[in-house]
Amino acid sequence: MKTLYILTALGVIAMLAEMFRFKKFLFPIVLFGLLGGIAAALKDWNTNIHYFSNMMTFDNYGILFAILICATAFLWLLMSQDFFISESSKTDHYALVLFSLCGALLMVSYSNMVMLFLGIEILSIPMYVLAGSKKDDLSSNESALKYFLMGAFATGFLLFGIALVYGACGTFDIGVLATYLGSPQSVSGWMGPRGETLLNAGILMMLVGLSFKVAAVPFHFWTPDVYEGAPTPVTAFMSTIVKTAAFAAFLRLFLTCFAGHGVIWTNVIWMLAALSILLGNITAVYQNSVKRMLAYSSISHAGYMLLAILTSGTMSAGAIVYYSAAYSVATLGAFTVLSITEKTSPANESSAVTFNSFAGFSKRNPFLAFAMTVYMLSLAGIPPLAGFFGKYYLFTAALQSGYAWLVLIAALGSLIGVYYYFRVIIKMYSPASSPASAAEEKNTLSFEKIGLNQKLLFILTVCLALVLGTFPDLIIGLL
Amino acid sequence: MLTVVLIVFPLLAGLLVLLTKGEQAKKIALTLSLIELAISVFTLLQFQINPDVQFLFDAPWISSLGIHFKVGMDGISLLLVLLTTVLVPLIILSSFKREIKNPNSFYSLVLIMQMALVGVFTAMDGFLFYIFWELALIPIWFICLLWGGENREKITFKFFIYTLAGSLLMLVGLIYLYLQTPAAHSFDIHALYAAGAGLSSSEQTWIFWALFAAFAIKMPVFPFHTWQPDTYTVAPTQGTMLLSGIMLKMGTYGLIRWLLPVVPAGVQEWGCCAMVLSVTGILYASVIAIMQKDFKRLIAYSSIAHVGLISAGIFSLTVQGLQGGMIQMLAHGINVVGLFFVVDVIFNRMHTQELSKLGGIRNIAPWFSTVFMVILLGSVALPLTNGFVGEFLLLNGVYQYNEWMAAFAGLTVILGAVYMLRSYQQMMLGETNALTSAFTDLTFHEKAVFIPIVILIIAMGIYPKPVLDIAEPSILKIIELIHPANTL
Repeated sequence: MKTLYILTALGVIAMLAEMFRFKKFLFPIVLFGLLGGIAAALKDWNTNIHYFSNMMTFDNYGILFAILICATAFLWLLMSQDFFISESSKTDHYALVLFSLCGALLMVSYSNMVMLFLGIEILSIPMYVLAGSKKDDLSSNESALKYFLMGAFATGFLLFGIALVYGACGTFDIGVLATYLGSPQSVSGWMGPRGETLLNAGILMMLVGLSFKVAAVPFHFWTPDVYEGAPTPVTAFMSTIVKTAAFAAFLRLFLTCFAGHGVIWTNVIWMLAALSILLGNITAVYQNSVKRMLAYSSISHAGYMLLAILTSGTMSAGAIVYYSAAYSVATLGAFTVLSITEKTSPANESSAVTFNSFAGFSKRNPFLAFAMTVYMLSLAGIPPLAGFFGKYYLFTAALQSGYAWLVLIAALGSLIGVYYYFRVIIKMYSPASSPASAAEEKNTLSFEKIGLNQKLLFILTVCLALVLGTFPDLIIGLL
Repeated sequence: MLTVVLIVFPLLAGLLVLLTKGEQAKKIALTLSLIELAISVFTLLQFQINPDVQFLFDAPWISSLGIHFKVGMDGISLLLVLLTTVLVPLIILSSFKREIKNPNSFYSLVLIMQMALVGVFTAMDGFLFYIFWELALIPIWFICLLWGGENREKITFKFFIYTLAGSLLMLVGLIYLYLQTPAAHSFDIHALYAAGAGLSSSEQTWIFWALFAAFAIKMPVFPFHTWQPDTYTVAPTQGTMLLSGIMLKMGTYGLIRWLLPVVPAGVQEWGCCAMVLSVTGILYASVIAIMQKDFKRLIAYSSIAHVGLISAGIFSLTVQGLQGGMIQMLAHGINVVGLFFVVDVIFNRMHTQELSKLGGIRNIAPWFSTVFMVILLGSVALPLTNGFVGEFLLLNGVYQYNEWMAAFAGLTVILGAVYMLRSYQQMMLGETNALTSAFTDLTFHEKAVFIPIVILIIAMGIYPKPVLDIAEPSILKIIELIHPANTL
C-alpha cells in the first residue's frame, strides 16, 4: 500500500518540478522513489492487509506484481531518459508515467471490480496521451487516437460486463462473488436461469474487455499500429508494464471468481490462446519493420500467457509472474536496442527500422549485438535463458490440466517464433550491405556514445535473463 | 563430483579463452582441453566395471518442481565423455595453422559446446538433459553461422529449425512423462522409467514418436536427414567435426538412454518402423554417396549410412546390437573426424574438394596417403580396424532381429567400400596433374592430429575388449529394463 502512496506522491512532485525549478533532479528522485516503492512493498510481504473497506487487498500476489511493475518501471526509466530530455514538456511525461503506474498497482491488487475498472482507466488515460507525445508526428497522433478509441471501446465492454455480473450476483466484491458462485445453491437458488444468463453474458463481456487490453487475437487489431506509431519508449512501456498489469488483473479475476464457472469461458480462452499464438507468430514472420515484428511477437506472447489463465490452478500465478518478468526483461532490452538504432540510423525519421538496418551490427557494436542476441534467444525460448523456463512452466501447467493439443500448438508457435527472432540475430552477424555506410556509422554507434543508464540497463537485463533462467525458483517459489 | 568438474571445467575454460586476444587463444584452448582430457582419463582409471551410475552428483536445482542437478556416469556415459574429451583437443589442434577470424570467440564456443556435450552424456535428470541438449545447439549454430561458407545463413537456419522442432517434441513428451510420475513430480531418470513403463500402449506410442523424432533428426535418420549434407558442407571444418564426430552421438545416446528404457512397450510395437527407416537410410545414403563429386558431401552421406546402421543395431534390442552401437559410435566419431580433416588438408592446399580435379597425390605425399588409407580402411570396416568390430556386432544384432534387414543393412559394407575406395583411387592414385603437383606433405601439426587418430583406429580394431567390458554391464541393465515388457 505504501508503494501506492509513494508513487502518487512522486507523481505530484513531478508536476511541481516545473514550478519550483528542480527539473534536473527529477530523474534521480523518481529512480530512487521507485526503489523505495519496491522496498515498501517488500516490507508488506505476508501481511495480507485489506484497504478502503476491502476495495483493495495487498496479498502476496498483489505485492509480487507490484514489485515486478516497479522493477520494470525502474529499468524502463533507465532506457528512456532521452525521451524525457528531448521533449519540451518533460515533467508532464514523468507525471503521466507515474500516474499510469499507480493505475497498474490498482489493477494488480484490487478486490473489488470497481477498483479494477478504476485501475484500468488510471493506467490507460495517461497512456493515450503518451502515445501521442510526438506531437508533430502524424503516425504518433494516429496511434494515440486509435489507442484511445479502441481502449475506450474495450473499457465499455468491461464495464458492461461488470454491471451484468452485479445484476446477477448483487456484489462487486470478488471475495464475496467467489463464495457466492462457489456455493451450490447459487445457480439453482434465487439467481435462477435468467440470472445465470446475465452472469454468463457478464463474464464473457469482461473477458472481451480484458482481451482487448492484453491484445489477444481477435481483439488485437489496434496493437501493430499503436505500437508502431507511438514513440519507442512508450511502446516499450505498453508492451511490458501495461501487459503485466492487465494479465495480473485478468488472472486475479478468473482465478478467484470464475474458476468454478469454467464451462462458459474455457473454450473461449482456448480459442483466443490458439489464435493469438498462431496468428501472432505467423504474421510476425511477414513483417519488415522490427517494431511491428515486436508488436506481433507481443501478441503471440499474450497467447502463451493465456494458457496460464486457462489452467487456473496452483501453478498459474507463478507462471504469469515468471513469464511477465522474463518477457519484460527481454522486451525492454530489445526496445532499447531498437531505440538506439533508430537514433543512429542514417535514414530519415519517418522510415522504420527494418531487419536490414541490423546488417553488420555485430561489427559496429559487438556488445549491443551480444545483448540483443540474448534478448532474442530469451524471447524465442532457448535455454538456459528466462524465456525458455517461462514457456516450459506454462506448458507444464497446461499439460497438467489436460490441454495437450494446445501445448502442441504452442510448441509449433514457438518454433515459428524462432524464425523471426533469429532473423534479427542472423542479420546482426552478417556483413553490412555497404561498407562505406558501415564505416560512417561506426562513429555514431561506438560503445562510449551509449548513455551510462542504458549501459546499466543492458548489463542488468542480460544478467537477469541469465539468472532468472538458471534459478527460476527465485520467483516461482514465492507464490 | 568428478562429473561436475568435467562439465564445469570446459565452461570456465570457454569463458577464459573469450578474454584472451588473438593467436594466444589457440594455445590456451588446446592446453585447457588437454587438461579436460587428463581429468577424464583420471575418471576412467577410477571407474569400476559395474552397472551402477558412478561419480554421482545430485543436488536439488528447482526444488518446487522436483528438478535436480543430477549427473553421473555409467559405462555408456563414460565412453562417450571420453570420446568428447579426446576429440575436442584434436579438433582444436586441427585448426592450428588455419586462419580463423576472432579466434577467441571461436575457441570459446568450441569449449562451451564441449561443456554441453559432456552434460548431455552425463545428465541423469530429464530436465537437465533437455537443457544441455538445447545448449549444445547454440554454440554449434554460431560456429556454423559466423565461420561457415557460402549461403550459410539459409542452411544453418534450416539446421536450427529442424533440430529445434525435434527438441520441442521431445520437451512435450518429457513433460508428459514428468506429469505421470507420482505426486511431487520428478524428472529423475528412474522415476521417468517407472512412469513410462506404466503408460498405456497408445500413450507410449506417441511418446515414442515424439522422442524418436528428436533423436532421429539429430543423428540424422532417413527421412529427417535433409538438413545434414548442406550443413556439413557449409560448416567450417571444426564445426563439421563437432557435428559429425560428437553431436551426432547425442542422438544415438538418446536412443539408448532416453528412449528404449522409457517406453519399452512403444519400442516393441514401433521399433520395427524405426528399424525399416534406419535400413532405408543406409541404402539411400550409400547410393547417393556413390554419386557425389564433392568429397566433403560424400563423407556427409556416408555418415548418414553409418549412423543408420548404428540406429538399426540399437533397435534390434539385442546385446550385440547395443554393444556394436556403442563401439561404432566411438569408431565413427574417430574416423569421421579423421576423414573431415583429410578433406580440410586437401582443401587447404588445393582449394577444391572435387574428386575429378584431384589425382596422384600419393606419388608426392606418402605420409598423407598412408594415414588417409588407414582412416579409410577403418571407415569401410576392414578387419583389425575399429570399424570392423562395430559393424560386425551391429550386423550380428540386426541379424538376430531379422535376416532380411541384416541382408540389406549388410550392403553398407559393400557400398561403403565402393565409394570410399573409388574416391581414394580418384584423389590419391593415378597421374599427378598440374594442380596436385603442388601438394605438400603433412606438416608437424597435421601429423599431430592424424597420428593419435591412426593409433586409436588400429588399437581399437585389434583389442576392443576394454571398451566392450566397460559398456557391457550398463547395456545389460538397459536390456533388462526393456525385457519385462517383452514377457507381458
